[in-house]
Amino acid sequence: MEYSNLRRQTIFMKKNLFDQGFLDEQFNQLEELQDESSPNFVEEVVDLFFKDSSRLLTNIEQAIDKYPQDFYRLDSLVHQFKGSGSSIGALRVKNECSVFKAHCNDRSLEGCRRSFQKIKREHATLKQKLESYFQLLRQVGPREHAVSSRK
Amino acid sequence: MGVGGGGGGGGGGEAGEGEVAVRKRWRVKVRLSTAAVVVWVLASAALWAGLHWRFRRAALHKAEEGLVCMCEERARMLQDQFAVSVNHVHALAILVATFHYDKLPPALDQDTFAAYAARTSFERPLLSGVAYAQRVVHADRESFERQQGWIIKTMKHEPSSVQDEYAPVIYSQETISYIEGLDVMSGEEDRENILRARATGKAVLTSPFRLMSNHLGVVLTFPVYLVDLPEDAKVEDRVSATAGYLGGAFDVESLVENLLRQLAGNQELVVNVYDVTNHSNPLVMYGSEIPLATPSPSHTCMLDFGDPFRKHHMICRYRNKPHVPWSAITTPSGVFVICMLVGYIVYAAWSRYDNVKEDCRKMEELKKRAEAADIAKSQFLATVSHEIRTPMNGVLGMLDMLLDTELKSTQRDYAQTAQVCGKALISLINEVLDRAKIEAGKLDLESVPFDLRSILDDVISLFSSKSREKGIELAVYVSEKVPEILLGDPGRFRQIITNLVGNSIKFTERGHIFVQVHLADHSNLATEAKTEPVANGMNGHKDEASAISTSVTQNTLSGFEAADSRNNWENFNLLLSYETNEMPYGSCSDKVTLVVSVEDTGIGIPLHAQGRVFTPFMQADSSTSRNYGGTGIGLSISKCLVEIMGGQINFVSRPLVGSTFTFTAVLRRCDKNAISDNKPVLLHPLPSSFKGLSAVLVDKRPVRATVTKYHLQRLGIASEVVSTTELVLSVLSGSNGSSLTSMGNKQPGMLLIESDSWGSQMDVSIHARLQEMKQNGRTHLLPKVFLLSAAESDKVKTIHLVDSVITKPLKASALAACLFQALGITQPSNENRNDSGSLHGRDGSGSLHGLLLGKNILVVDDNKVNLRVAAGTLKKYGAKVECVESGKHALSLLQVPYKFDLCLMDIQMPEMDGFEATRQIRAMEGKANEQADNGDDSGSESPAKTAKWHLPILAMTADVIQATHEECTKCGMDGYVSKPFEEKQLFQAVQKFLGPSMSS
Repeated sequence: MEYSNLRRQTIFMKKNLFDQGFLDEQFNQLEELQDESSPNFVEEVVDLFFKDSSRLLTNIEQAIDKYPQDFYRLDSLVHQFKGSGSSIGALRVKNECSVFKAHCNDRSLEGCRRSFQKIKREHATLKQKLESYFQLLRQVGPREHAVSSRK
Repeated sequence: MGVGGGGGGGGGGEAGEGEVAVRKRWRVKVRLSTAAVVVWVLASAALWAGLHWRFRRAALHKAEEGLVCMCEERARMLQDQFAVSVNHVHALAILVATFHYDKLPPALDQDTFAAYAARTSFERPLLSGVAYAQRVVHADRESFERQQGWIIKTMKHEPSSVQDEYAPVIYSQETISYIEGLDVMSGEEDRENILRARATGKAVLTSPFRLMSNHLGVVLTFPVYLVDLPEDAKVEDRVSATAGYLGGAFDVESLVENLLRQLAGNQELVVNVYDVTNHSNPLVMYGSEIPLATPSPSHTCMLDFGDPFRKHHMICRYRNKPHVPWSAITTPSGVFVICMLVGYIVYAAWSRYDNVKEDCRKMEELKKRAEAADIAKSQFLATVSHEIRTPMNGVLGMLDMLLDTELKSTQRDYAQTAQVCGKALISLINEVLDRAKIEAGKLDLESVPFDLRSILDDVISLFSSKSREKGIELAVYVSEKVPEILLGDPGRFRQIITNLVGNSIKFTERGHIFVQVHLADHSNLATEAKTEPVANGMNGHKDEASAISTSVTQNTLSGFEAADSRNNWENFNLLLSYETNEMPYGSCSDKVTLVVSVEDTGIGIPLHAQGRVFTPFMQADSSTSRNYGGTGIGLSISKCLVEIMGGQINFVSRPLVGSTFTFTAVLRRCDKNAISDNKPVLLHPLPSSFKGLSAVLVDKRPVRATVTKYHLQRLGIASEVVSTTELVLSVLSGSNGSSLTSMGNKQPGMLLIESDSWGSQMDVSIHARLQEMKQNGRTHLLPKVFLLSAAESDKVKTIHLVDSVITKPLKASALAACLFQALGITQPSNENRNDSGSLHGRDGSGSLHGLLLGKNILVVDDNKVNLRVAAGTLKKYGAKVECVESGKHALSLLQVPYKFDLCLMDIQMPEMDGFEATRQIRAMEGKANEQADNGDDSGSESPAKTAKWHLPILAMTADVIQATHEECTKCGMDGYVSKPFEEKQLFQAVQKFLGPSMSS
């Protein structure tokens, strides 16, 4: 019973993440890729994303301070960020990146700053949510794999 | 002429001109035409006047000529008669001279003279009388008076006064005896006359005066000389020789009167005779003095009465004004009328021409409008179809997801059918849009491998519900000689068949629709054998070839007669027999010509409409679309498509019997092995679990039986056909084993019975017999009984007696599903999963798996996350993936000879971006190839060499816009994939490079 409760909880949580627009179809596809040979693929990729993104965010922050007029640099940094974001299906982060890039196009530093704050916020929220999601998933753990392999 | 000129002005209507311009031109035209009409009428009137004048003048001229002629005639006659009279007077003068003076005593006296003159007066009809006056000088007067016994009196009957000389009348004709004794010299005119006469010696005339008879007349006087004088005698000699004077009065008036009376045309003429000795004062000799009121043409003739001193002339004129001849009015009037008519004709022709031109212009305008409407229609179609496609995609997506859930096999079949139908709908919409392309000749056919049989199954399932509803048999048969996999455009092929079957089903209420596919060679052979022009068929009127037929109805699929009588069973059988014989049909040629025929037993096409069946938007008649719906575009599209496929389409149709559409299509043969593992996209592998099973089929219709057999055969089930249930029992019990040659001793596991062979008493008996047989141990395994039924209703009736009911139309996959259920065979799970399992269904992952399995792929991306995801995805499809994070690193790995089959490269990378990296890779490849060429002998196999060192590089990009794509190709990339990967797009991109020919 506990198992099915947990399972229901994970499913509900994931559904919430989708409904609130944090994630998109790409995340499903990632889960799809997960099988016996790489049981923790999703988590691995997401970890990678957060590591990478933290570095990128620092880079962007520095770039905004140091080269406030170098929009090209900003744009390419955000582009990378957006690329990794879309790889894990982080929809809201991705969208905010697009906004940022639009501001870059308009050469509006103020807009960029605002957008950047938002990106950071989204990033943090996502990180927190995904962490709890994986936490839950780990509890469901092995049986989930069994289910997915049968599927 | 003027009218025509007016018409020429209104030419060349440019439709673009405004209404105002048109109206203006119209007004100008009206004005021109009015002017032309007026001018024409005036011209005609002028012509009339001219002609009239001419005729009048001619008439007048003729009248004048007549006048001249008559006048001359009268003058001449008058002159002649006058001359005759004068001659007689002359003769009398000579008589007097002879008998009065030459004789002594004179032999003449008054009595003799009077008698003679009276007796010869007929010779002088113009003279009222003649008299002789003797010249008496005054000296002789007394002696003369004495001798005569009277005194000389003047003309007034008074005794004459003393004169130089006298000329008393001594002899006179009796008619004028009253002048005897009068001295004629006392009269003024007479005296003058006498003097002139004796001076000239000729007859002289007085001017006209009133005679005593109150007629106008002249007096003629002749001198009588005593001696004969020569012509040139002097006046004095003549005077002295004068003895007397002979005179006579000419009654000119009666003279002319008589004369005129004798001549024709007297009434018309007015004749006047004048003495014009004194020109200024002409004296009237005859005729009224009063000139005629109207000046009419007159003619004047000179008259010579022998007196040179006196001049006379005659004036003739018509009494009445010469009337204008009728012809002078009628002829010009006729000409005028003709002119008017001609004018009217020209006007009518012109206005007609004008109208036609106006109509033409209008039509041009309408045509332009229609064309604009056509464009609008196309745009509308595009918009609407787009709007339809959007929700349809939703429907299809949902169906996709539904298929991912746990479903019963029937449910799955329904859902799949729904999905297939939805897809067909979308493709149909696209195809309707393609019509524009077809018309513009821009349609290119695909060339991909496909399974014809499964396409036909799809088409059948598309219409299965409809056919069931209507109770029509819908069946498909593909000759086994038709290769399993063909290379061509499955979409278009399907479109044609869908269209034809759709039409058939629309117009068929009973009977059957039968789709069959044969190879053209066989079809031709069969028809040649029958000496019939085209062949594609299978129905029959007679059935001599098949002993198993017990039917008395038409031997077609459903028993109804079909339009194309060539499609009889006999022919079909012939066809089948040709096919079963080994024909050396294919191995030599790459091309396969298919003959597809769609036969129905519907209402047929009316004969009058058969000619325009393939015209777009034309249906048999307008009521057709009312009763049956549809646009009428389908057949025209089909025709276009067939023609693009290098085939022909035609049909045979008999009203109320049915139609058979037949088309040929040229497709390419495709080696099944070459594509089996790479492109199963369009192939729906049938379950193989039934291989080796056998069945007995009860069907009294050989054609239908053949179809069922065909489907069973596709599932690997061998079948035997018997015509009645009784035969089945004997077969099963083994008493009539001879008919089961193909099955040998194997016991059939299935018994399929057509619903119409299923008699009410029969079913029970079969059941009983089967049970009995089992109990007897003669059959260790009871065969499962299936009922083949076209209608759902049969199900209920017989459900408890049979193991399962297979609903028609038959198609292999549905048949398989049903058999699975009934036979209790579990579907192999992997097959099931492949068929419908994973998220992206049959057309995504399976194929990618096939493509990527075992391939070495280099992924270049500076973004670790992306790298990881890409690698994970590719690995999932079985590829070996190597990841690098920069272009430089990639270059170091990429040295000829490659170990990679494919390189996926991010574009935006620090240090060296994707474009630059690709450029360098290509440069390196170029060098390597050059060296290889130099080492080798370049030439014959150079393309193979260059192909050897060309690593397919695909860009990974998030923004899939055209500009990026172009840049990719510019720097030597082979294509792009979206990031993150979409399976379909990835497959499409990769397919080109990792296809069977590329992967060694």
